[in-house]
Amino acid sequence: MKLDPAIRDQVLATVPSLRAFAISLCGNMDRADDLVQETLLRALAHIDSFEPGTNMPAWLFTILRNLFRSEYRKRRREVEDAEGRYAETLKSHPEQTGRVEFQEFRAALAKLPADQREALILVGASGFSYDDAAAICGCAVGTIKSRVNRARTRLADLLAIDSVDDFGPDRATRAVLAGGGRN
Amino acid sequence: MGERGKDDAMKHRKTSLEPAADKPESEDPMARPATGHHRGEARLGREIQARIGQQLRAMYNDVVNQGVPPHLADLVRRLSDQDQE
Repeated sequence: MKLDPAIRDQVLATVPSLRAFAISLCGNMDRADDLVQETLLRALAHIDSFEPGTNMPAWLFTILRNLFRSEYRKRRREVEDAEGRYAETLKSHPEQTGRVEFQEFRAALAKLPADQREALILVGASGFSYDDAAAICGCAVGTIKSRVNRARTRLADLLAIDSVDDFGPDRATRAVLAGGGRN
Repeated sequence: MGERGKDDAMKHRKTSLEPAADKPESEDPMARPATGHHRGEARLGREIQARIGQQLRAMYNDVVNQGVPPHLADLVRRLSDQDQE
C-alpha cells in the first residue's frame, strides 16, 4: 500500500519550515539539510505512528529535534564546548548560514543556550503554541515560557549593545522612549 | 558617547542600551521586570521586542521562502511511492 498522497503533501508542505528550524538549531545550511533529510527518512519509515488529523508539523519537528539532540549528545565527547562550536561555524562558514543581512542576528542567537534558542524559534518564528512547543521539546509549558522570556531578554541585551543605532529608533525617538514622559 | 549629554543619565538608569552601564541588571534577566514600572523602559522594551520578533521571522522566513529543495522533494516522493509496511 502506498502512502496516502494527502499525508505525503503534508510532509512536503512542512519541509520549508523544517529547514528553517534545522538551520536555526545547527547554524549551518549543509548540516541542516542533512538533518532534514534524516528526519524525512525517519518519519516516512515510521509514518504509521502518525495519527492522521493531528499536527503534522509538530510531529516532524519533534523527530528533527530529537535527532539533533541525539547527535548533539554523541558529539559532546568530541567537542567540549558545543555552543562555542556553533559560534565558530558562523565565523568560519558565513556563506553557509544564509543571507548576510541576518548574520548579526544569527550571531546573537548563537550566543543563547540551545534550550532557549529552540524555544524562541518554535514560538516566535515557527508560530507553534506554547503547548505544542512544550510537546516538541518534551518539557512543561511553564518551562517553555520561561525559556522564551529569557531568550528575548538576552537577545535584547546582545543586539542593543552591538548596534544601538542600527537596531533602535533614532536618537530623538530613543530619548522620548527612554524618558517615558510623553506617552 | 559624551555628546549625548544630558540624555545619558536617564538612559543609563533605565535601559541597557549602553554597554556595561547597568551590568548587574543585564546579567540577571529576572531583575529586569522589576524596573518595568518605568513606563519609558517598558515602551522601549516593547519596541526592542517587536524588532526582535520581526528579525526572527524575517530570518526564518528567508529559509522558508526557499521552498522545498529538489533533492528533498525527490526523496519524499520516492519513499512515498514505495510499499508501506
